[in-house]
Amino acid sequence: MSISKFTRVLWVMPAFLLAGCNMVLLHPSGMVAAQQGHLILASTVLMLLVVVPVIALTVIFAWRYRQSNNAATYTPDWDHSTQLELVIWAAPLLIIIALGALTWISAHTLDPYRPLRKVDASHTVPAAVKPLTIEVVALDWKWLFIYPEQGIAVVNEVAAPVDVPINFKITASSVMNSFFVPALAGQIYAMPGMQTQLNAVINRPGDYEGFSANYSGAGFSGMHFKFRGLSAGDFDHWVQSAKTAGRELNNQGYLQLEKPSERDPVRRYSVVTAGLYDAIVNQCVTPCPN
Amino acid sequence: MSELTSNLMGRLTWDAIPYNEPILLWTFVAVALGGVGILAAVTYFRAWGVLWRDWITSIDHKKIGIMYIILGLVMLLRGFSDAIMMRAQQVLSFGNSMGFLPPHHYDQVFTAHGVIMIFFVAMPLVTGLMNFVVPLQIGARDVAFPFLNNFSFWMTAFGAGLVMMSLFVGEFARTGWLAYPPLSGILYSPDAGVDYYIWSLQIAGVGTLLSGINLIATIVKMRAPGMTLMKMPVFTWTALCTNVLIVAAFPVLTAVLALLSLDRYAGTDFFTNELGGNAMMYVNLIWIWGHPEVYILILPAFGVFSEVVSTFSGKRLFGYASMVYATIVITILSYLVWLHHFFTMGSGASVNAFFGITTMIISIPTGAKIFNWLFTMYRGRIRFEVPMLWTIGFMITFVIGGMTGVLLAVPPADFVLHNSLFLVAHFHNVIIGGVLFGMFAGINYWFPKAFGYKLDPFWGKCSFWLWVSGFWFAFMPLYVLGLMGVTRRLSHFDDPSLRIWFEIAAFGAGLIFLGIMSLIIQLVVSYRNRASLRDTTGDPWDGRTLEWSTSSPPPAYNFAFTPVVHDNDTWADMKKNGYVRPQRGFIPIHMPKNTGAGFIIAALSALGGFAMIWHMWLVACVALATMLTAVIVHTFNYKRDFHIPAEEVVRVEGIRTRMLASHV
Repeated sequence: MSISKFTRVLWVMPAFLLAGCNMVLLHPSGMVAAQQGHLILASTVLMLLVVVPVIALTVIFAWRYRQSNNAATYTPDWDHSTQLELVIWAAPLLIIIALGALTWISAHTLDPYRPLRKVDASHTVPAAVKPLTIEVVALDWKWLFIYPEQGIAVVNEVAAPVDVPINFKITASSVMNSFFVPALAGQIYAMPGMQTQLNAVINRPGDYEGFSANYSGAGFSGMHFKFRGLSAGDFDHWVQSAKTAGRELNNQGYLQLEKPSERDPVRRYSVVTAGLYDAIVNQCVTPCPN
Repeated sequence: MSELTSNLMGRLTWDAIPYNEPILLWTFVAVALGGVGILAAVTYFRAWGVLWRDWITSIDHKKIGIMYIILGLVMLLRGFSDAIMMRAQQVLSFGNSMGFLPPHHYDQVFTAHGVIMIFFVAMPLVTGLMNFVVPLQIGARDVAFPFLNNFSFWMTAFGAGLVMMSLFVGEFARTGWLAYPPLSGILYSPDAGVDYYIWSLQIAGVGTLLSGINLIATIVKMRAPGMTLMKMPVFTWTALCTNVLIVAAFPVLTAVLALLSLDRYAGTDFFTNELGGNAMMYVNLIWIWGHPEVYILILPAFGVFSEVVSTFSGKRLFGYASMVYATIVITILSYLVWLHHFFTMGSGASVNAFFGITTMIISIPTGAKIFNWLFTMYRGRIRFEVPMLWTIGFMITFVIGGMTGVLLAVPPADFVLHNSLFLVAHFHNVIIGGVLFGMFAGINYWFPKAFGYKLDPFWGKCSFWLWVSGFWFAFMPLYVLGLMGVTRRLSHFDDPSLRIWFEIAAFGAGLIFLGIMSLIIQLVVSYRNRASLRDTTGDPWDGRTLEWSTSSPPPAYNFAFTPVVHDNDTWADMKKNGYVRPQRGFIPIHMPKNTGAGFIIAALSALGGFAMIWHMWLVACVALATMLTAVIVHTFNYKRDFHIPAEEVVRVEGIRTRMLASHV
């Protein structure tokens, strides 16, 4: 292979690689993550307006004003130009004004605590649809998902029907973790003694990766779970499979489950003691002082 | 008896020595052999006296600056070894293979890598450069508090020593470089790792804070006559702002680590959920220090680039005033952005948006700086010496890092990018592409001033190209992985399609390794060829600021006569107006005297720290008492200064005259 051909292959290689990989943040399956992906692209394009000229000018100036180029003008004492300095400060300023506006608006519309008004880009939430509540507990080193309305709980697997808004309520048992399903929506921390919230919706059925995005100790690397986007019928079926698991999660069982373990298999509980999640948030699964 | 043993030895037992971990064992053997070799060499060459008199006890800001930089470069090797181990682990650990590092070890490696690279590589390099250059740039003979300067250095060095000790005695923290509780609390990290973290940073932190106070006093009080604030060189300006940030930020770090120690040692509940404590308070406090910290590192690098770009373009710096105001604006704004490090902890939308926008605003003065450098090059006569190459490499690399930084400042974008490898790529992009490139530019630029000969340009260029290409290969894949939803600090992966990206990153790390090797070869080759690389003029680059007006290396007193300043490019102005170096009328020069007190006090505090780490209460009390005694004894030392006799000044200046005459 000639050198030029080789270099050409070298240039094209990144394009192949990029085409081959799945950039889930830019092609997610949930509306919230999709909007966040668009925001990444829009902000990047906006900033490239100034970044590309800077890189180009650096190269051009470095080459044009090299010492050996006697044809270029040389003005050793030129160090100020009011007009130029106005432009220098104004160009980034204008971009930041645009980006700042984008930030203010998107920080509010994509606030994870804000209930969804739409289920996808074009459909508002139908009046009859009630959001699905899922209570999430980050444990050492696994995830517990409690469905208070269905009365079930599952370890290391969570499912939701497509196009139905989900309201996650999130806490942790011991240390800080971060609840993250990249295909669904941005992450939010899971912290002991505190509750955070995330509103999201999945629009395409499928199995998606979920994990902890905040280092939490020795078992952190194996702290995965599956997020399953299911059709309404499949979701009911999924709930039924938990209901028939025949296992109960009470306070005693939770205290067992809470003990550190790694790479736990999916475990389903057909019954959950009422108020267990609140007891976990308030850190009083063992009998409370009062 | 057993109580005495427990007070003497605390929880330190033979089990703390990791002789069953082959990697550590071999590292220890190598370090021990190397150490014995160095000690033997020092003894063989009878260099102990020289080492003690001329270096360890030296209060000369130039020597202290050089020692800081040596410390930074040595620790760079350690921090980079950690980086190589992480890159190797992430390439190997796929599917059924768990790689060669179990989490217990891997988690220490990434924690140590972060701590070492920030506190014991970047900080010493930055402080060292400021120490060496600032007094020379402002026409001073030393810093304001020379003894304190020596003490600060040794506190930093002994802090680094404690981190190194954790390799072979016990273990380091497994918490990430900022040691968030509850994970860093006694419940989840009961061993000595977090205590090593706390005490090494506390000891080094004292050094950093005192050095900050010292340099502020120096810059404010000791400028040569005529050097008004707006005639200060830009590097000195950035040094001033950085040290203001240090003085304002480091006490917060000290306080938050003290609270964490109380939680761990005294059973208080500042950062646990009991009794109204809250871990998020720690996160807030540590970032109120942590965000200014990144500007502490980057501002002096900006200063270096300003000096370099103007010197090697043969031109006055474009927009001096706007450069100064941009620096000040960044200094102030750096205190208004810390919350962007935890957008994902559930603050309200307005709070997140506020901190996102303040963060973006910082890119305005930073952008102005980039344009100022650009227009300094415009219509210049650019010489592509090694420092200038680093500067151009910086300008192209850093804008990408700046752009991804602003992207991360958009809260909803941060929700998906936070803690991802995209974030890792971003901060390496600005810290390597900004701080480290700046330090390499500065080292290549001021090396002839410090040692009297230039660094070899060939190996300098090798180092530059390997580092720059290595950086791009090592970190662009991490941006891609971040967009693929890969989070950081993982020691194992299931998805084989990710592997190629880690392999490219590991290749980049290999290039960086060669870059570091080239740097070492550059130092050796330059030393061997020092005769032909000799700088007889004191002004090898046709410099523009005062440090180039004195000899290379400068005499102990820096300037025989304090220069008078009329312009912000003082030396360029002096050369243009036919400055004639005075050759007579020398008078005795009043200088501070060396002292071993700084070294001794710092060593005692390290001993105290070590004793606290291992709960050796008796040893800790004795170390503390001895340290206080040493401080008190030092206050009674009244023989702190001496005069360099006029004859000695005449002799030294005579050598310089002959040296200048030998140069055609």
